[in-house]
Amino acid sequence: MPTLDQLQTTASATANALETGAATANTIAVAMSGGVDSSTVAAILHERGQSIVGLTMQLWNQRRLPELQGDGPRQHRCCSLEDVYDARRVAEHLSIPFYVVNFERAFEQTVVRPFVQDYLAGLTPIPCTRCNNDVKFEQLLATARQIGAIKIATGHYARVRHNAETKRYELLRAVDDTKDQTYFLFGLTQDQLARAEFPLGEMTKQEVRGMARRLAVPVAEKPESQEICFVPSGGYVRFIEGYLKEQGTAGSCDDGGMKLGESGEIVATSGEVLGRHNGLHNYTVGQRSGLGIAVGRPIYVVALNREENRLIVGDDAELRSSVCEVRNINWIPFEAPDAAIHAHVRIRNRHQPAEAEIIALTPTTARVTFTEPQRAITPGQAAVFYAGEQVLGGGWIK
Amino acid sequence: MQSNRHQTGGGGGAPTARSAPCVYLDYNATTPVDPAVLEAMLPFLGRNFGNAGSVHTPGQLARAAVDAARDSVAALIGAAPNEIVFTSGGTESDNLAIFGTVARSTRPRKHVITTAIEHHAILHACEELSRQGIEVTVVPVRKGPDGQGIVDPEEVRRAICPETVLITVMHANNELGTIQPIEEIARMAADAGVCFHCDAVQSAGKVQLDVGKLGVDLLSVSAHKFCGPKGIGALYVRAGRQISPRAWGGHAERDRRAGTENVPGIVGIGKAAELARNLLAEDSARIRSLRDRLETTLLERVPHVRLNGDRNRRVPNTSNVSFRGAGGEALLIALDLQGLACSTGAACSSGSTEPSHVLLAAGLSHDDARSSLRFSLGRPSTAADVDRAIEIIPSVVERIRALSPREQEATAIPAR
Repeated sequence: MPTLDQLQTTASATANALETGAATANTIAVAMSGGVDSSTVAAILHERGQSIVGLTMQLWNQRRLPELQGDGPRQHRCCSLEDVYDARRVAEHLSIPFYVVNFERAFEQTVVRPFVQDYLAGLTPIPCTRCNNDVKFEQLLATARQIGAIKIATGHYARVRHNAETKRYELLRAVDDTKDQTYFLFGLTQDQLARAEFPLGEMTKQEVRGMARRLAVPVAEKPESQEICFVPSGGYVRFIEGYLKEQGTAGSCDDGGMKLGESGEIVATSGEVLGRHNGLHNYTVGQRSGLGIAVGRPIYVVALNREENRLIVGDDAELRSSVCEVRNINWIPFEAPDAAIHAHVRIRNRHQPAEAEIIALTPTTARVTFTEPQRAITPGQAAVFYAGEQVLGGGWIK
Repeated sequence: MQSNRHQTGGGGGAPTARSAPCVYLDYNATTPVDPAVLEAMLPFLGRNFGNAGSVHTPGQLARAAVDAARDSVAALIGAAPNEIVFTSGGTESDNLAIFGTVARSTRPRKHVITTAIEHHAILHACEELSRQGIEVTVVPVRKGPDGQGIVDPEEVRRAICPETVLITVMHANNELGTIQPIEEIARMAADAGVCFHCDAVQSAGKVQLDVGKLGVDLLSVSAHKFCGPKGIGALYVRAGRQISPRAWGGHAERDRRAGTENVPGIVGIGKAAELARNLLAEDSARIRSLRDRLETTLLERVPHVRLNGDRNRRVPNTSNVSFRGAGGEALLIALDLQGLACSTGAACSSGSTEPSHVLLAAGLSHDDARSSLRFSLGRPSTAADVDRAIEIIPSVVERIRALSPREQEATAIPAR
């Protein structure tokens, strides 16, 4: 453990770097979640002699919605006290300045409420992308710059490159394709990419673990988290119900969009009524189990019709389609293209990008036509466009 | 003394040209142990290790030291020695006062009065009382510029009812420094035959304290706020006032607080109380002039700044300032990285900060509360500390304002 004097030495070294002109003002803020990836990022940069400051975001109060917590605190979820403690331990191990910043309000406004509203609107949202766009690379980056850092480094598996010819920043898939996280980063603007540093983009997960062990990072053996950080293991449906109940009892929920979906009809694509559903927020496109109807063949959710509060079901073939519209597109290596683009398009995390033609309708909307029909193109998920290792852009499936 | 130690933090050698001295302006959070206090304590961590409860000579030596310390703490607040109960600090003193008084009362229905600006050691204890079925009234404080952050005694009077068994009001507020009208409220309590407790953790060593003049029944102090060690405090219990213990064991502290006496800590609070009493007039005048210079200069040099809390009725060392348009959290971190330690809001369990309940109770908007910093000075504070603070703060505020994140859509989030 570092002594207090060592800590003070580090802090004052950082302070000096921050204070004295451009030559040394190259401090990088590391977004530290307490997990192995971001902890290793801090260790790597520190080993390189980079001046760094550790920042951990407090995003969600785990004491909220206590009825959703199982027995005892769940480990390894974002904002759990254990994770903040782990991040702090890593910072202490490295003797770097470390702070916890409270973004609970911004997180609720830009991630949690839209997540709930999307489900209520019949969409299947991706909160992690919103968090990257609006919290990590917006609020946290702003704080990092306010405290004198020039960039923010995260544990994402992705690469950023500056193209001297086009003078634009480009986003590239991680070297380790099994860990690639560009699907969640397509929304980053040029300004955000310019200030992002992803040291793990060139490494495999195995190499990261190895590096963590070599640098004696205290969380080297910590298991990975895969869940949506603010949703307890009981699942998103219980979270939405719990959140609405909390907001309702808090007494000011007048925006209409925040009402829990009611029971309605389950209808086959032929129009035949097959049964009843218990609120559209319980379902997602492509879902098979939990429908409570038996028709003698596998049957899937094909669409959620919010206007008529109907759940549309059909067989596997009816789940496949070739065309979708994408909105709120962020183009990365260029401004919106005026000609058709041939690219590979990923429509959900872990989906194998499929060949498609993209025609921009406006600077921020496009029609995507796949060469082969794709299974379960789901409104609310992202469509991310790839040309080889490069991310061309992406947007939200309508 | 603090700043000197940091100045040489550049690696043991001579300070380099770039070494930034650390200016500590967070003495309301804690203070360094005065060297004289440390010196007084050391024998009791070494050769004088006796248990003050033992009959033999080593025990008697310890007992004598505890008794002398009790005299000294009593003298600081104008009490008699047998009215002092040593505890582990402010939080324990507050809890002992509240639960010890309520448990003592045999009434079938009990009611407790407190204020919206108390320390969490009081407010969270009162929340626990509520959970136990005891009625609690939380009295507001004044919000206007005149008397901001000060309780209106009339509000307390209105809250008193036949069931009231305890009124607890702090002396100086930890965040604003505002001084509450304790004498007046204590008189009301006495007239109504209600026990009165005062949390004086933030005023002991900063202003004159006389339990007789204040008219309190119970009063909490904590050593580490006046250059004593952490982990030791005291509760004044007026002679004749009975409280139930919160821990049961041996007969220490006249059966009011069981547990082997923390002899080194008690010796420490005794020495710290003695120094505080001797140095009070000199310290407070010097600290007030430093604080006032810091404030006036900030008001002159930084636009859109406002002082929080009544300017006259407050302790001499505390200044609470809102820097509109600059987040307190970013300010705190940026200043720390520049070598200036101060505080904002209240630390939550993760170590991040939440908007202060005190500032919200004093009528500040969420944004003003979130953009506030508390500067608190202490005995080691120097003119150079203030010079350095004045040098650093304006440019940091300017940078943070210039780099504020875009406004989020103003979606109303219901209070929780």
